[in-house]
Amino acid sequence: MDLVQLQRQLVDYRTSLYHEGFLDEQFTQLKELQDENNPDFVVEVVSLFFEDSERLLNELSKALEQQVIDFKRIDAHVHQFKGSSSSIGAQRVQKLCIVFRNFCEAQNVEGCLKCLQQVKHEYSIVKTKLESMFQLERQILNAGGSVPV
Amino acid sequence: MDSCNCIEPQWPPDDLLMKYQYISDFFIALAYFSIPLELIYFVKKSAVFPYRWVLVQFGAFIVLCGATHLINLWTFTMHSRTVAMVMTTAKVFTAVVSCVTALMLVHIIPDLLSVKTRELFLKNKAAELDREMGLIRTQEETGRHVRMLTHEIRSTLDRHTILKTTLVELGRTLALEECALWMPTRTGLELQLSYTLHQQNPVGYTVPIHHPMINQVFSSSHVVKISPNCPVARIRPAGKYMPGEVVAVRVPLLHLSNFQINDWPELSTKRYALMVLMLPSDSARQWHVHELELVEVVADQVAVALSHAAILEESMRARDLLMEQNVALDLARREAETAIRARNDFLAVMNHEMRTPMHAIIALSSLLQETELTPEQRLMVETILKSSNLLATLINDVLDLSRLEDGSLQLDLGTFNLYAVFREVLNLIKPIASVKKLHVSLNMAPELPEYAIGDEKRLMQTILNVVGNAVKFSKDGSILISAFVAKAELLRDSRTPEFFPVPGDNHFYLRVQVKDSGIGVSPQDIPKLFTKFAQTQSTAIRNSGGSGLGLAICKRFVNLMEGHIWIESEGLGKGCTAIFMVKLGIPERLNESKLAFMPKVPPNLGPAAFPGLKVLVMDENGVSRMVTKGLLVHLGCDVTMVSSSEECLRVVSHEHKVVFMDVCVSGMDGYEIAIRIQEKFTKRHERPIIVALTGNTDKVTKEKLMRVGMGGLILKPVSLDKMRSVLSDLLEHRVLFEAV
Repeated sequence: MDLVQLQRQLVDYRTSLYHEGFLDEQFTQLKELQDENNPDFVVEVVSLFFEDSERLLNELSKALEQQVIDFKRIDAHVHQFKGSSSSIGAQRVQKLCIVFRNFCEAQNVEGCLKCLQQVKHEYSIVKTKLESMFQLERQILNAGGSVPV
Repeated sequence: MDSCNCIEPQWPPDDLLMKYQYISDFFIALAYFSIPLELIYFVKKSAVFPYRWVLVQFGAFIVLCGATHLINLWTFTMHSRTVAMVMTTAKVFTAVVSCVTALMLVHIIPDLLSVKTRELFLKNKAAELDREMGLIRTQEETGRHVRMLTHEIRSTLDRHTILKTTLVELGRTLALEECALWMPTRTGLELQLSYTLHQQNPVGYTVPIHHPMINQVFSSSHVVKISPNCPVARIRPAGKYMPGEVVAVRVPLLHLSNFQINDWPELSTKRYALMVLMLPSDSARQWHVHELELVEVVADQVAVALSHAAILEESMRARDLLMEQNVALDLARREAETAIRARNDFLAVMNHEMRTPMHAIIALSSLLQETELTPEQRLMVETILKSSNLLATLINDVLDLSRLEDGSLQLDLGTFNLYAVFREVLNLIKPIASVKKLHVSLNMAPELPEYAIGDEKRLMQTILNVVGNAVKFSKDGSILISAFVAKAELLRDSRTPEFFPVPGDNHFYLRVQVKDSGIGVSPQDIPKLFTKFAQTQSTAIRNSGGSGLGLAICKRFVNLMEGHIWIESEGLGKGCTAIFMVKLGIPERLNESKLAFMPKVPPNLGPAAFPGLKVLVMDENGVSRMVTKGLLVHLGCDVTMVSSSEECLRVVSHEHKVVFMDVCVSGMDGYEIAIRIQEKFTKRHERPIIVALTGNTDKVTKEKLMRVGMGGLILKPVSLDKMRSVLSDLLEHRVLFEAV
């Protein structure tokens, strides 16, 4: 594929991500922070987000498998997850975290488990999408072009 | 026979008569001598005898008489001439004294007799006094009884005790056979037997109240004797002979709803109870006056005591009612507080959550507008944009209003260009006005300063709202906006008597008038215009949408700006004029250089706005920490990151100018650290400014932060522009308070 097409594909893809609510304005902000001094800022932040999220999701799964469920800890983890996802603009994930927190407050085990599944699902979707987006960007860079803003 | 001096034999033998004479004379003399002795003896014994002189005379008379008779003894026989001489002398003396005495007696005997009458008189007097004494004593006893009764009656405030005690004590004092109290029933048409002395539980025995005898008793304030056959008196078993006398007295009852102190002596609508007292039958006793007086006094006392008891009952009832009301009010207050807290919690959540999606919708729709679209799509996008703008405005309005009501809204004062504000409003309103074919003109007085100090955003919002209303409610015609400096005379407006603006050296009052030729407002609706959610009922308004909040918010803003807003209209169809005055500050000439940099740094200032500024970022969340760092690095700061409070305290130094701290809503760590940091740096200029990053901007959080000494508060998520302006504000003023 040639450069222009790649670029157009990237723009469309990005727009669709916004449109479908996977990303929000915060992501745009992140992109603004990327400049010559920090060329890989977004990728770094997103990678950190992925690591952090994997860890948090593992913790959550473990916590919900316990006999006696410590809702406070779960709430703390979900809070962290919400914070991270809102910082990078992963809107859907963030919204689910809010719902998750409500279930935690209500100490509803069923709800929490269901929410956890949903969060994992959404997270994996957004991860896939972001990775594809980064791949497209890399392709563009490799083709010698510049990534459209 | 010749009288010779020879002694004749003692007893001439044939003179028995002589002998008897001799003996009688002897005894007479004896008696005569003993009488004065007795007299003297007894008079000496008695202390009082006023007639000593008479006694002496009498004594002399008697003694002489005795002497005479004694000397007579010698004359029975032959006696000498001396004896005869003595005899004669004695007789003469006796005669003299007796005559004198007889004469004296004439004087004395009436005196003695009068003594006797005086004595009789005194005796009568004594008897009379005795009788009076008896009367007084009875009266005093009566008085004592009354006092005792009164004391008994008044010693309790319980109605039943009062009445019972009265009957018992009266019964005792007056030795009554029966004593009864009849109270009027609720209807007031009958008297019901309520209390008796001897029958324990009188069973609802009633008597109609309009009996002539009862009326007679009720109409007199004294005790009235009634016949024992009267229905009220027929409550005891018939006696063998004569039933005892019966009296009755009225007892005025206090009717609380009519209680007026001035009426007390007259007692207008009177309700009386009847007290009936019966003397024991088969005794010949009669009612004495003092007993009747006693009864009257007691009846009065009872009336007073009952009234006191009634008042006490009433006040107890009132107190109980008040307590109940207090409890209910307390409950209502707590419920209201709970409701307010629930609302605040709701708002706190909604605050962020509502704004974010709205922002996304609006941003993306506007972005979408920029792209290539078919006309249909464009129309759809425009509708989306319009609706979401409306919704955003509504959300903002509601949130603003709740903050306004909370009292937490503060004006963002700054220097701004007054002319620019009006021009902006005009530009915004011109499109809509031209669509409606309305002519809008702006007239700004020349003496208005170019720059003023105030809350630009809210002033614009107010002007826009007022002008927008004018446009909304006009179908055709023109709209005239005029702005000028309010003059002193005009400041006192008869329509706004509570508003007394005082112009001063560093402030002025901006007066803005917006006159339209639209549908107008009827005079009775004018006060309602400024109340929330209230709309007048004409269909034109309903069609033009609007939540009815606009004017209410404007009023609040205008009030915050120490001003006044009102609407004048001559009626429906005659257009209306909205006028408001607000207080604006006059910027000093010296700060003109500052004006260029106030308050918004233009976006193209370049990334490295704050070269080398050392800041510390504390956030537990790795991702958001990195994002914040990225922001600050982009702005040229030298960022140190820490992820926990202990690390923060360890690392913070006087080189760090600003500390950005993430405070989660539930945790308290942030506040404690702020305090510890402040303690660590005692010198003010070494202390870094602490700014909190949070998702919650309600009043409680802000107060907590202010108390702890935080320099400011930023609402997450933070955009680049926001961070830039925050830093510039902070470094200029050293305090921000809130950047939303």
